[in-house]
Amino acid sequence: MTAWALWAVAVVIVSALPTVLSLFQIVQLTVFMIYSLLALSLDLIWGFGGILSFGQAAFFGVGGYVYGIVGINSGSTTLALAAGVAGAAGFAGLLGYFTFYGRVGSMYFAVITLTVTLILHQVMGTTADPRYAVGQARLGGYNGMTNIPSLALEVPGRAPLTLDPIPFFYVVGSLLLLVLALTRALVQASFGRILAAVREDELRTELLGYDARGRKLVTFVLSGGIAGLAGGLFAGWGNFMNPQVFSMFQSALVVIWVMVGGRGTLYGAVVGTLVVQFLTNYLGTASVTYTTVALGTVLVMIVLLFPRGLVPAIEGAIRRAARRRAPAPEFADE
Amino acid sequence: MDLVAVTAFGILYTIATLILLALGLAVIFGMMGVINLAQAEFLMLGAYTVLMATSHGASVWIGIALAPVVVGLLGVVIERTIIRFLYGRMLDTMLATWGLSLGLVGLVTLVFGPTTEGIATPLGHFTVGEYRLSQYSVFAILMAFAVLGLTYALFNYTRLGLVARATMQNDNMVSALGVNPARVYMGTFAFGSALAGLGGAVMAPLTGVVPTLGLAFIAKIFITVIVGGPVILLGTTTAGAVLGLVESLVAYTSTPIYGQVAMLVFAIVLLRLLPQGISGFWRRGV
Repeated sequence: MTAWALWAVAVVIVSALPTVLSLFQIVQLTVFMIYSLLALSLDLIWGFGGILSFGQAAFFGVGGYVYGIVGINSGSTTLALAAGVAGAAGFAGLLGYFTFYGRVGSMYFAVITLTVTLILHQVMGTTADPRYAVGQARLGGYNGMTNIPSLALEVPGRAPLTLDPIPFFYVVGSLLLLVLALTRALVQASFGRILAAVREDELRTELLGYDARGRKLVTFVLSGGIAGLAGGLFAGWGNFMNPQVFSMFQSALVVIWVMVGGRGTLYGAVVGTLVVQFLTNYLGTASVTYTTVALGTVLVMIVLLFPRGLVPAIEGAIRRAARRRAPAPEFADE
Repeated sequence: MDLVAVTAFGILYTIATLILLALGLAVIFGMMGVINLAQAEFLMLGAYTVLMATSHGASVWIGIALAPVVVGLLGVVIERTIIRFLYGRMLDTMLATWGLSLGLVGLVTLVFGPTTEGIATPLGHFTVGEYRLSQYSVFAILMAFAVLGLTYALFNYTRLGLVARATMQNDNMVSALGVNPARVYMGTFAFGSALAGLGGAVMAPLTGVVPTLGLAFIAKIFITVIVGGPVILLGTTTAGAVLGLVESLVAYTSTPIYGQVAMLVFAIVLLRLLPQGISGFWRRGV
């Protein structure tokens, strides 16, 4: 019952925010919620599948670029968003097939996803020449792809209606809640339980007759699709994509969001993203260099001091302070 | 004929530099199992050591000689302050060294600025028919094979290397025999860091020096060590030869970037076929 109450509260909060916040804050919160989707995609594969993927930024970028290419060429942003999700999911499927079915170890997997991201960064950076174009869409090298159409409401038989900031906020907000609800349902279903079993002991799960590789692949594809959705929304939000989304900085940020929020909770990923992004904004982004140093230091500190995540550590401290017996967590952490 | 010779030289150069750059990682990641994502920044710091030396009037050679010392000492500091708490927690090591990597790039950018600094390439040129080739690249190739040979000899034929290998296999046993494993880990990590510093220093006059220098190499060297498999030094060398060949052949027929893409795709397909890496079925050794 409390779970339903929490969902209802979340829906009410999201619906009420535009009446409370300024337009600028709404626009900013929209992009933070898009980032939350990206963090959620990592928590699904890392927190529940136990597989650390540094490639979520790559899927985010692929989703965004595909949205741009399809959007510019077809003019339909709904189609573009769907293509972005499918493109990212397909890319994840290809990568996952070769690694999971090659039985590449989880550490190697993490390194391979990172190298794929870094190489995409370099490849997209060399596409400055006008001949690197897909139809009307120029890839644009490090300057990025511009003129990406804004997300629009497309009802058959009517002219497409470009979404204003507040409707866009509602679209992103409802997609975030929807994906959160669906992933939560997935990890609570038998699929999620078997996935957790694979995370805890892959060999034993396989000996019980479950196909571990197939489940890992499906989870990875879903996670890639969610990251692609976030990328498509991002491109539709900012009308712009550049290879910086494939950078080491961006990939690190996704991991930090989930680490701050604590993995294996899903909602933690959202909380972590919002906390980190609001703090970064509050501290000011005068220089990317200082932010990089701070980000690096934060990452080292969290790993050394709070390996289970910052929010869970604070939660634990509050619980201890309250001297109450902690209720059993819904998902056993590792 | 000249073109063939020059192309062959180019391929040899690609392979040799790949091995030189990957060697430090082969020791730290391959032998110790520490996924050090800051390895690329060790290369970068080696290059900056050369830059510092030349800007203070010393020759490039002194810079190259100093780089392994400077980066090796830094390796000791990093091992003592971060890595030693994380042995056996590979994932956490990876995240912490990633943070370290971001931090080092940021710090170096703050100190030296984000621009690319050139170092004049020492030595002259020699000609093959109509083609001019730099003698320094011959030095880089010779250096790569010399360092590889010395590292191989160190781990195979000296007592120090024997103790290091024994510690990586079973540190409890080594400890029972009166060796302090913590010091061996520290020493091995420092050695791997020093190798990276040397690699970065040798490459500095050829690539130019910039804080994000390492990013161009990190993907390549990790792939090389992973494809190399369990027989660390010889496996990495073989992987370097195979992947370097693929990269340079594709790069010659299209662009360097496609060379890198081809190398990565080739490596991923190869890992599907040989999940243990190239040396997966060899007799164990280094």
